[in-house]
Amino acid sequence: MPIEQICTIVEAVKLNQYAYSFTLAVGDMVKKGGLKAGQFLHIACGEGLLLRRPISVCVCGEDEPEDTARIVFEVRGEGTRWLAQRQVGDKLNVLGPLGNGFSITPDDRLLLVGGGIGVPPLLGQAVYTAKKAAAVLGFRSADRAMLVEDYRECCEAVYLCSDDGSLGRHGFVDAQLKDILEQDKDFTAVLACGPKPMLKNVARVAAEYGVPCQVSLEERMACGVGACLGCAVQMADGSMKHVCKDGPVFDAKEVDWNV
Amino acid sequence: MSKVDLSVNLAGVRMKNPVVVASGTFGFGREYGQFYNLDELGGICCKGLTLHRREGNPPPRIAETPMGILNSVGLQNPGVDAFIEHELPELKKHDLAIIANISGNTPEEYGIMCEKLSAAGVDMIEVNISCPNVKAGGLAYGTKPELAAEVTKMAKTHSTVPVMVKLSPNVTDITEIARAVADAGADALSLINTLRGMRIDINTRRPILKMNTGGLSGPAVLPVAVRMVWEVACAVDLPILGMGGVAKGEDAAQLMLAGASAVAVGTACFADPYAPIKVRDGLGDIASAQGLDKVSDLTGGVLPW
Repeated sequence: MPIEQICTIVEAVKLNQYAYSFTLAVGDMVKKGGLKAGQFLHIACGEGLLLRRPISVCVCGEDEPEDTARIVFEVRGEGTRWLAQRQVGDKLNVLGPLGNGFSITPDDRLLLVGGGIGVPPLLGQAVYTAKKAAAVLGFRSADRAMLVEDYRECCEAVYLCSDDGSLGRHGFVDAQLKDILEQDKDFTAVLACGPKPMLKNVARVAAEYGVPCQVSLEERMACGVGACLGCAVQMADGSMKHVCKDGPVFDAKEVDWNV
Repeated sequence: MSKVDLSVNLAGVRMKNPVVVASGTFGFGREYGQFYNLDELGGICCKGLTLHRREGNPPPRIAETPMGILNSVGLQNPGVDAFIEHELPELKKHDLAIIANISGNTPEEYGIMCEKLSAAGVDMIEVNISCPNVKAGGLAYGTKPELAAEVTKMAKTHSTVPVMVKLSPNVTDITEIARAVADAGADALSLINTLRGMRIDINTRRPILKMNTGGLSGPAVLPVAVRMVWEVACAVDLPILGMGGVAKGEDAAQLMLAGASAVAVGTACFADPYAPIKVRDGLGDIASAQGLDKVSDLTGGVLPW
């Protein structure tokens, strides 16, 4: 059940020129609310903006005196610009836990594929499956890289790609994914988060090698709880689902990738 | 401060307080019902229903604007029968006025839905003749007095509960439609629906909304709503459910002074799920501070120059 929680920022780190990492004290949202990485928090960003900003949880855990959740976001517009200016000790009005998160078990051997700001929500999945996951992390360029060391600490293997060749392999994550699966198909699931064209390609490669694929999607969102039906996603069967309530994680087979 | 009587009567539907949640912003109550007991509300205008299930418009459906939101959801809903079977029984467990909102492609569809919903036991039917986001019916009925009257007559003929007609602000003279609907037998009016608007991404040169245009709601539209409620209240003798940008007690009080008997809170819920309760409490405080015994004394109390 989601609740409204006033959360204090207990740690604020700038990861690169565009991305910020905040650790929030979230009351007992992990212990009682069952918050997990891959779900999202809906954060009020100042008085002048009507809509909250949905931000995925990167990692979270039970803690004393309060549970904590780490969020990572890039400055994209007015709301995230306001958020980026908050400091340790500031309080945020948060709705959560919201959304479904990934369906995985600790025994899964995961192949994680993240692109850009899609990288953070997968970190918690790597932590959860302790050292068994492989991760493919794609960035536009080296100066946009983030969380690489965090991934190295909790994954069996980490592969880096960049669009311009300034970091790791020159090219998109789906090419790297294909190479990995060509050598080793023994993964229980591919989990992916990133821009929709990337996800489409990842879903295609995963299907080609017969590995189940879950994708975390984004859409312009209003209420965040499933009431307004704003954040629609078209499904392969012609129906509409909603990122906030049915997602943000969907089985890649269910999504209509051709719209 | 003395205890103010918050109860109101909207066309024979008694509500324990004047705050209703607006259609399309609150689903069928399940989601925000996780945050508080729906008994706190005076009533709920349910998500707009059509005769058959609709998937709605392609995304993006939402664009934020200065103090407002554009939406082009396009009446996504499970259809009137699914509402009656799955949603209405849940709502009936609560003590609040259940107002079903309907849109039809033809006057006949409005009639069929009114019959089904009356039999199923909703407290009131809100006839949407003003959705800006669907091609068939919708706004066309709300902008032509003779069509608005035809739909109203059909709804009245097939309903055993009060019929409230929801008016569009996307007209030159809203009182013209209001009069036509009143003459056709409507029991109440609700206004305003959203104002048509558009937002463009200057870099891609694409509208944010996939449907190009959508309906504007939020605080930006409040003064338009107050003006139109006042004009309609002056023009016709029907109870009014006022809405448009209400986020706090003062906003609701303005709509009531302009002539509304009750108010709906919509977009404000997206920022604050508790907004309807805060509006209710704020209204009570205002009435109390002004020495009123009952909040309904605000209705129509504006002193125009």
